[in-house]
Amino acid sequence: MNGTTGMVARVSRSNAVRLFAGMLLLIVVVAIVGPWLSPHDYQQTNFDRLLSPPAFENGHLFGTDDLGRDLFVRTMLGVQVTILVAIVASAVSLLIGVAYGAIAGFLGGRVDAAMMRVVDTLYALPFIFFVILLMVVFERNFLLIFVAIGAINWLDMARIVRGQTLSLKEREFVQAARLTGVSTAGILLRHIAPNLVGVVIVYVTLTIPQAILVESFLSFLGLGVQEPSTSLGALVDAGVNQLEGASYMLLIPAALLAIILLSFNFLGDALRDVFDARCQR
Amino acid sequence: MSAKPAGLLEIEGLTIRYADQAVVDVLSFEVAAGEAVGLVGESGSGKSQTALAVLGLLPGDADVTGSIRLAGAEVVGATEKALDRLRARQVGIVFQDPMQALNPFVSIGRQLRQVVLRHGIAKGAGARDRVVDMLRRVGLPDPERQYRAYPHELSGGMRQRAMIAQALIAEPQLLIADEPTTALDVTVQAQILALLEEVRQDTALLLITHDLGIVAGHCGRMLVLEKGRLVEAGPTAEVFARPQHAHTRTLLEAAPRLNVRPPAALAAGPEVLGVTSASVSFRVPGAGLLEAVRGLDLSVAAGETVAVVGESGSGKSSLVKAVLGLVPMRAGRVTYAGETLPARAEARARETRRDLQLVFQDPVGSLNPQMRVSDIVGEPLRVHEPDLPREERGARVGAMLEQVGLGDGFLDRYPHQLSGGQAQRVAIARALILGPRVLVCDEAVAALDGTVREQVLALLARIQAETGLATIFISHDLAVVRAISHRVLVMYLGRLVELADNATLFEAPRHPYTQALLAAVPVPDPAAPGGEAVVGGEVPSAISPPAGCAFHPRCPYAVERCHESLPAARQVGATWVACHLAGELSLRGVERER
Repeated sequence: MNGTTGMVARVSRSNAVRLFAGMLLLIVVVAIVGPWLSPHDYQQTNFDRLLSPPAFENGHLFGTDDLGRDLFVRTMLGVQVTILVAIVASAVSLLIGVAYGAIAGFLGGRVDAAMMRVVDTLYALPFIFFVILLMVVFERNFLLIFVAIGAINWLDMARIVRGQTLSLKEREFVQAARLTGVSTAGILLRHIAPNLVGVVIVYVTLTIPQAILVESFLSFLGLGVQEPSTSLGALVDAGVNQLEGASYMLLIPAALLAIILLSFNFLGDALRDVFDARCQR
Repeated sequence: MSAKPAGLLEIEGLTIRYADQAVVDVLSFEVAAGEAVGLVGESGSGKSQTALAVLGLLPGDADVTGSIRLAGAEVVGATEKALDRLRARQVGIVFQDPMQALNPFVSIGRQLRQVVLRHGIAKGAGARDRVVDMLRRVGLPDPERQYRAYPHELSGGMRQRAMIAQALIAEPQLLIADEPTTALDVTVQAQILALLEEVRQDTALLLITHDLGIVAGHCGRMLVLEKGRLVEAGPTAEVFARPQHAHTRTLLEAAPRLNVRPPAALAAGPEVLGVTSASVSFRVPGAGLLEAVRGLDLSVAAGETVAVVGESGSGKSSLVKAVLGLVPMRAGRVTYAGETLPARAEARARETRRDLQLVFQDPVGSLNPQMRVSDIVGEPLRVHEPDLPREERGARVGAMLEQVGLGDGFLDRYPHQLSGGQAQRVAIARALILGPRVLVCDEAVAALDGTVREQVLALLARIQAETGLATIFISHDLAVVRAISHRVLVMYLGRLVELADNATLFEAPRHPYTQALLAAVPVPDPAAPGGEAVVGGEVPSAISPPAGCAFHPRCPYAVERCHESLPAARQVGATWVACHLAGELSLRGVERER
């Protein structure tokens, strides 16, 4: 798209962006490749090795859990699931939020007022309870988690995009396009959307950790990902139960979760600095 | 050291760099106690950076070398504590935009009192008395009340007066004024400049400006900066009479003047665009109805330039937006080629829309930052001639850019890679690529430096001569209007004040407001008068304009009738004028250069 080359160049010049993006990439690569290299499987139980601590010789790098399953492979699976949930949820919020916000902001007037009151109403719903209700009524469905989390996050995205669109549409280049006779769709796609990219990218990097937290929270409550599959939240939940005998079961997934969350947060902050500097030039 | 007496401000070898880019390059000059020095240069010449350096206010990433001595104390490398003692006591500053420089949450009086208390000038009730006294000296009416006012409650001119009061209250030896009147209307500018002269007394003045007219009228000595280097310095009269450096000559040639020869009058052609009794109003939440334009008539003929002149709040921008269909009209109609146009741009026929084009004030803001120049200029073609093959569209964009003086090298650039003048050329190319018949320029050269402004105006004149374009030129800059327009319409609070051909309006104005506007323009000639405030006060709010003639509270000639009844526009000689006394007053215009 227009202008993206300049943006990519500027983003990749930032050291902070490179550091945290590199760290996240490393975690994802290890999470995908790791289980292939391990001799163990994520659901294979071994009753000879219940709660055996981390050791290099037997290949249980992170030890085993109370069913004798290899924790390294399970943790890597948890990372995969957690990041997948976060990315899909953010993508859902991105699609709905950007479209909804841009349309409300651009059309303005009564349409805008009506659309934003809908958002306000949805904000008022206690979403965690709403999600729990969904989980209870329907079967505990992996897909439903994505939808539920995405449905929380798009509200923020819609508000931010609407605000940006409102100010963009008063800018002179949009008026110039109107005057020339560019269609509404053309103005939205060619003039408004490209100028939203920066804000949206920054905001998405900041919603990903939010989504991760919500997923972990649901899994911790036992409402999220179900056995034998797992996520970092579910692993932390299991670890809490074994805190006295096998603290590694809690510490390792919790530490990974913290590292991932921090990396996304720092990445979002670093990206915001890059784009803010761009705005001020 | 040396035999010559030490100056109040001595700058030696000052260099300011950002990431190895020098914005001020080995600059040396002095300001003696009590004198007024003008520091002139185009944007980016480093004049504001120099001012900030004197105050020790440069951002942290600035690399400053050299020496700045203020009353003997070194500023470069001084601690924040030492700087604090220098500021206010030794040097005060007036910035361009007082709204940015005053704290919006603290009343004017308390802001000034803080300065008084902090520097131990007076205590308790004495401090308050001193502030009120200072506010009175800078001409704020009812200073007791203004003491409690917040910055947003004051008009632009009053805010700048408060800013001057704040800069001078600690009686510094040097006052730095950085473009102090650039954000103000021309009649208010004249008042503020007169005030600066009057209140500074023995305080030395370093006046930073791009306007040579201001320097000519107010500074004994002047310094010319070009790209961070000092290219010329000397007594103002001498520099104006015998400029030594080529850049000074260029600046002097580009300086706005009213006494130039106007374009030859045009034989009356057929009307292309007409506006009949147009009214535009906006609802202002909590304040009522703002009637920006009140029953205005205007017409433009082919090949003609009609200038619309007025200070802020005159409704000139609302008028053109309504003409173009960007804002709705409450009453009146727009006719193009004999037919009445629908009110909204979206409802107008494609052919009409390609014939009416607009150039905005802010060249960078009117270009989409995410699009390349080739896409920006090509977009109107994409909309109006969608069947045009890619190559042909590219060729037409290239030819258009050539016509506005930009080569192929600009096709792939983004707006932020363009200078202000180049960006405005791109905006003009976009407006002209469809071959319109009417071009509206809304303050199209206001954001450009002198030399670039000349080039853009010459470009517009050339294109008009070649294509017979009808132009509506909105401007607050009378010198530009004088140089390019055939007819001039003066507006005040949404109504016509005076309409006449260029020569008549400038040389024999019929309305007191027109006279005041003309007299207030600073003349770039140290020997000539000019920049005089003929009228006091400021433009009142358009939400509740004065009864009768809207100008009567500021008019020196106002009689009882002016308070009561609204003067209708009538013809006096070759002029349409809305004044009860038109024809009875003898008003002063501009004298044409011999």
